[in-house]
Amino acid sequence: MEPSTVKTIEGALDPATVTMIRNVAYLVASILFIRGLKGLTHPRTAVRGNLMGACGMLLAVVATLWAGGIVSWPWLIAGLVVGSIVGTVLAVKVPMTGMPQMVAIFNGFGGAASFLVAGGELFITLAKVSAADAGAASIGHEAIHAQFTVAISLSGLIGAVTLTGSLIAFVKLAEYKITWGGKKIWLSNSLLLPGRHVISILVTLATIGLCVAVVADPTTSLWYWLLVVAAAVLGILITIPIGGADMPVVIALLNSYSGLAACATGFVINNTVLIIAGSLVGASGLILTAIMCKAMNRSLANVIFATMGPTADGPSADDVYAGKIKSTSADEIAMMLDGAQRVVIVPGYGMAVSQAQHAVRDLANLLESRGATVEFGIHPVAGRMPGHMNVLLAEADIDYDKLLEMDVINPTLDTVDVALVIGANDVVNPVARTDPTSAIAGMPIIDIDKCRTVVVIKRSLSPGFAGIPNPLFAQDNTLMFFSDGKKAFVEITAAVKES
Amino acid sequence: MELMPLITILMLAIFVGFEIITKVPPTLHTPLMSGSNAISGIAIVGALVVSGAGEGTLPTMLGFFAVVLATVNAVGGFLVSHRMLAMFRKKG
Repeated sequence: MEPSTVKTIEGALDPATVTMIRNVAYLVASILFIRGLKGLTHPRTAVRGNLMGACGMLLAVVATLWAGGIVSWPWLIAGLVVGSIVGTVLAVKVPMTGMPQMVAIFNGFGGAASFLVAGGELFITLAKVSAADAGAASIGHEAIHAQFTVAISLSGLIGAVTLTGSLIAFVKLAEYKITWGGKKIWLSNSLLLPGRHVISILVTLATIGLCVAVVADPTTSLWYWLLVVAAAVLGILITIPIGGADMPVVIALLNSYSGLAACATGFVINNTVLIIAGSLVGASGLILTAIMCKAMNRSLANVIFATMGPTADGPSADDVYAGKIKSTSADEIAMMLDGAQRVVIVPGYGMAVSQAQHAVRDLANLLESRGATVEFGIHPVAGRMPGHMNVLLAEADIDYDKLLEMDVINPTLDTVDVALVIGANDVVNPVARTDPTSAIAGMPIIDIDKCRTVVVIKRSLSPGFAGIPNPLFAQDNTLMFFSDGKKAFVEITAAVKES
Repeated sequence: MELMPLITILMLAIFVGFEIITKVPPTLHTPLMSGSNAISGIAIVGALVVSGAGEGTLPTMLGFFAVVLATVNAVGGFLVSHRMLAMFRKKG
């Protein structure tokens, strides 16, 4: 398949050769996707990897336009132009703090595209079959076989769940920034409908029934659209009860779904590049989901169906905190930092909310210039999406080598002079280790309580997402600095400069 | 294409996916998500075929919306990943 010979005889290519060339292009695109994902295994190669993925996509699109038997162009071109403009504007304008909701909405769009394609393909196939019945076309009822119908129903089901699930996730994630300031911030986004389990079961049964209907009676396209509606409702019902700190799991899961939807659509239109790309994304999302669940010591079912809340028999906040909380000031923290050799900063969602990453960077740079070692301890589920903290700190220009995973930093924490916890709570709660009856029992945490001195920067003593008090705050070596995260770091930096 | 070759491709792709993605460090999990998310915009290939098939208004419109959404997904996804990845660098 020499490109030069292809060019010279392009006008005379027979359909089999065209299909062949297109399939080779799809193969190359698939290889580019795989190489691209491989590039993402290291920050050095990641930019190139992402570009390879984009090239793969471009190649697949060009090959399809060239060989896809396309007869009507206006709407298709319009769609490409509109989509490119909207995608570019959204991607360029979104601030780094808005990244979780942006990822969520893009995800939803992918899912929606998949079920729309399956619906359109169903319509076209049905039209061809009825034309065949009238003796006008070569396609017959054999076009509607089990692979087609099962794939159609899966595509509609997964695609619609992805769309509405992602939209709900988007609304929840976007709302966080707006509603900050109230005490119940962690719980406010877990919306529990009365009788939600009954409703969910009924909708699930209806969805399954409609899947069966699509497979059993594919010639009635109404079943398909009813399935899409039922699955859309199901997507809402699944996502609505899930609250803030469980969001990383939900986003990772929806990411996986958008891939699986594309994969199912690949089976609908017999397209290998959709199957390969879709299953790569599906696998990627599933792995992230598993990592997030493991980091919370909870099963996926527990995240989706159970709700977190304070357990009745646990110690109350008064028992844990009474008379043991020591409040501190920026000047006092500056004095401690003055003699510190090793400083560790543990960020949580609170850092994202107060957009403190640049203020944190300033303090870290100042301390390093004075000879201290500053590192960051990152919990896998800190924030609202996998890797959330890393992106924010990278935005603030912090070297990725300084961002240490929980498992790496934990064994070294007893040599840390001062630990600064900003906006993190449950991920540093030692109860996870000590109390087997606690809501977060067994959850791997950053053992920050083992550091020599711990400073917790927090607006109040309000509990984290799990709704339980944190004995770390009452520990002998812990000082509380009640403040907004960004303000606190600016004040501490100023105090260190003065000292 | 027959079903079995497609299933074979599916299974192999899933295993390749698992092998590669387990090696992605946590620090790159967000760009991984938005980058892989962009790849799921591959549904655009199907959308183009449906939209351009010229089989009547309804499929063309379904295809049009699918093209718009999939393009937003792909273009936006790769661009935000690029923005994020460009920030991950070693200093000095």
